[in-house]
Amino acid sequence: MLEAPVVITAALLYLGLLFAVAWWGDRRADQGKSIIANPTIYALSMAVYCTTWTFYGSVGRAAVSGIGFLPVYLGPTLVMALGWFVLLKMIRIVKANRITSIADFISSRYGKSHLLGGLVTVIAVVGIIPYIALQLKAMSSTVSLLLSYPEIVMPGRSATMSVAADMSFYIALILAAFTIVFGTRHLDATERHEGMVAAIALESGVKLVAFLAVGVFVTYGIYNGLGDIFEHVATHPDLRHLVSAIPSGQGYTGWFALIVLSAMALLFLPRQFQVAVVENVNEAHLKRAAWLFPLYLLLINIFVLPIALGGLLHFAGQGVDADTFVLTLPMSQRHEGLTLLVFIGGLSAGTGMVIVETIALSTMVCNDLVMPLLLRHKRQSLEESKDLSGLLLGIRRGAIVAILLLGYLYFRLAGEAYALVAIGLISFSAVAQFAPAMIGGMYWRGGTRGGALAGLAAGFVVWGYTLLLPSFAKSGWLPAAFLTQGMFGIELLRPQQLFGLSGLDEISHCLFWSLFANIGAYVGVSLLRPPMVAEATQATVFVDALKDTGQLGAVLWRGRAKVSDLQGLVGRFLGPARAQAAFAAYARRQGRGKLVTLEADAQLVQFAESLLAGAIGSASARVMVASVAKEEPLSIDEVMHILDEASQLRTYSRELERKSRELTAATLELQEANERLQELDRVKDDIMSSVTHELRTPLTSIRAFSELLRDDPKMHLADRERFLGLIVSEAERLTRLINQTLDLAKIESGRADWNGCELDLKEVVEQSIAATSQLFREKEAQVDVDLPDNLPPILADRDRLIQVMLNLLSNAVKFLAPGTGRVRVGLRALADGLEVSVTDNGPGIRPADQELIFEKFRQVGDTMTAKPSGTGLGLPISRRIVEHFGGRLWVESVPGEGATFRFTLPFAEANVEATVA
Amino acid sequence: MHRRILAGDRLIAAFLVGCALFNYPLLSVFDRHAVIFELPLVYAYVFAAWAFVIGLMAWAVERRVK
Repeated sequence: MLEAPVVITAALLYLGLLFAVAWWGDRRADQGKSIIANPTIYALSMAVYCTTWTFYGSVGRAAVSGIGFLPVYLGPTLVMALGWFVLLKMIRIVKANRITSIADFISSRYGKSHLLGGLVTVIAVVGIIPYIALQLKAMSSTVSLLLSYPEIVMPGRSATMSVAADMSFYIALILAAFTIVFGTRHLDATERHEGMVAAIALESGVKLVAFLAVGVFVTYGIYNGLGDIFEHVATHPDLRHLVSAIPSGQGYTGWFALIVLSAMALLFLPRQFQVAVVENVNEAHLKRAAWLFPLYLLLINIFVLPIALGGLLHFAGQGVDADTFVLTLPMSQRHEGLTLLVFIGGLSAGTGMVIVETIALSTMVCNDLVMPLLLRHKRQSLEESKDLSGLLLGIRRGAIVAILLLGYLYFRLAGEAYALVAIGLISFSAVAQFAPAMIGGMYWRGGTRGGALAGLAAGFVVWGYTLLLPSFAKSGWLPAAFLTQGMFGIELLRPQQLFGLSGLDEISHCLFWSLFANIGAYVGVSLLRPPMVAEATQATVFVDALKDTGQLGAVLWRGRAKVSDLQGLVGRFLGPARAQAAFAAYARRQGRGKLVTLEADAQLVQFAESLLAGAIGSASARVMVASVAKEEPLSIDEVMHILDEASQLRTYSRELERKSRELTAATLELQEANERLQELDRVKDDIMSSVTHELRTPLTSIRAFSELLRDDPKMHLADRERFLGLIVSEAERLTRLINQTLDLAKIESGRADWNGCELDLKEVVEQSIAATSQLFREKEAQVDVDLPDNLPPILADRDRLIQVMLNLLSNAVKFLAPGTGRVRVGLRALADGLEVSVTDNGPGIRPADQELIFEKFRQVGDTMTAKPSGTGLGLPISRRIVEHFGGRLWVESVPGEGATFRFTLPFAEANVEATVA
Repeated sequence: MHRRILAGDRLIAAFLVGCALFNYPLLSVFDRHAVIFELPLVYAYVFAAWAFVIGLMAWAVERRVK
């Protein structure tokens, strides 16, 4: 059943499906209904990390070194824990500056340097080529294996065939065509490919399902579970070492080096940068991806060792390459459906990697290598051309074909000598060279263009010498003496024991020396001189990316430019229609209907430059914008000044906000204080007017009687004595009135003296009754008391409390009818305090008056007929005293049946608690 | 804001735990001939530690802080 037409049809159908998904994704994106705005899709797209290296190569690696295949998945797991910090910062920088690739990132950071962007591009292309060769090797060998089904025949050496007869050549061409159709159909200013991401996420799903299927099949179909396989292995002396320990050739150093290496690869591989940073839709997706992506890695690795061991047991002595076990095991069992699924899974792994990687690289080649060269040498014709978007697409398509052909070339030259994983590690080591310039650029302001150039160049050269050239030597394209005796026969220069350093595996060895040279040169050269204008500016933009820097770029631009020139410039690269739309959208965002002004402000220039940066790279965009704008160069002092000002402004504005908050609070307090003052003032006025009125009454009486006495010397003695008695009692009333007014004023203004202490309320009540007994006798009234013993003490001022009691008792007496009056004084305990009641059988108080009597100078009763005998201040003062000690004073009365005045006071302990609380 | 800082600290903790669990010398403790649940000890250990670190990270970012 698995004849060539079936296999080819299945492969083409699968590629067609991918294409349909991508087309649908792009369409939805254009409609604004993104299908990739989902953290799970984001995590799956990151799984483009798992290529045919993982799908076929891991098993091959495990067959040699046991669990030595694992560290390259542990490193990414660890990095994802830090991804919330590092990736987030990268995403912010990329979005703010419209960066489209690693080359653009580094070039932009160190002052938009063409040279640096070009160098990064060269390193990336050269470094990734072995990785692409790996995919070609894996895919071509699986196709040849399938074509010889049901026999299992290891594919012959490509190097011995002519190119025309070599299957991998055609695979490279098909992949190139597919990638071109896939990724470069149109030019987008942000270089985002939603459709591609959707397809990649689908591929990640397919390869995981395929790999798990074959893992379950081998473990539970061919063998009886994991335990069974490991038991078989235990009986094989030459396999036992695979399951027991870290492989001896690798050691803990090698293990650690691979973790570090893969951690850097996850951040700096062009395709990972593309899916994780450039294609990120929403930075919140990072959170879910932080554990979902590592979980994916764990799942796809669970069955690697069982498959490797199963294959080794099954094919013992048959010369089957362990890199093909994933496919050959189901083939050997004649399981055609599973075989086809595995083939499709491998195709997913390979095409996913090749598509994203070559698209990312072609963007770099176009923006950071070809465009700068064209700008330098063909400036004239570029500036005359109306629409350059076709040219840009052409460059990218050419770059895709060239990169795949270079991959094929490497496969022919060196691919045969290595297993899949070993080839991949060469590429990993190359992209690790970006780490110092990238990480340093994001967290250290001092890095300069010179430092980055020196570091990258040094690291790249060491990498080439210790890893790439030896791979050619091992394939026989360089003399073997290069490896064993060193360059020019100098032993110290042996590429894999450089300067006599031995005891490390080749990857750790290369990683150590290349990063040593790289970091040393980067830091060393950076420290030689202070950063220049552009470097200092960009350092701030990158290092402070997580702070709110606002439009720093716009602040740092000074010059003149015309809107029409800028739009024309953008139009030449993006197409006039797209430029028109982008500028109109910008105007709408700025709240203006149209860009009518002729002069562009710094912000618009910044906007135009970032649009261009998406299409041709930030360095070229800088040059192109400078060509249409008259710019005034800023000196380093000016830039530092502006940057200082910007940061000072931020500090000042924070300070200002704090001050203003404090001011608001102070104003509020002042307002309250003012209101209180006004209230007091009003109270004082009230009292003054009432007092003067109240004082006038007794004064008038005194004066009238005094005049009577003066004017009538012959007045009878009896009359005279009566008048004198009246004068004395009115004068007493006047004194009482003045005393009470002063007293009330003191209480209300809070200046009264309170001597709070624990009191036995019963004693106070008894003392008060004794003091007023004369009054009761005069009215022949009866006093009943009901005062229980042993009540808890209360907290109050004794004299004040007696004042309250005297007031209540004298009030009661005042309204009693002579002879028949009864007053009852009660005391009882409540839940939280004591209650005192004074009940009389006088006329009572009308409900309407029951609150009025507590107001100042209000005496109820008919003032026309009955002469007021009190001051009208007794009850108000009493109520304030009771309230001061946390109690309440009120009256209950039914007219005609007497009145009961009650007040409560809390227990001493409760009061203390209230004070403490 | 407070929640963000806490989640970030937890992720850093997961990173440090992972660094310790995945490397020498802890790794060497399990690097010997032994079988646990029918599996080679080092194989079981690495996967268990790996799953543990992933669990930590999931807990750090997904759990709502009260």
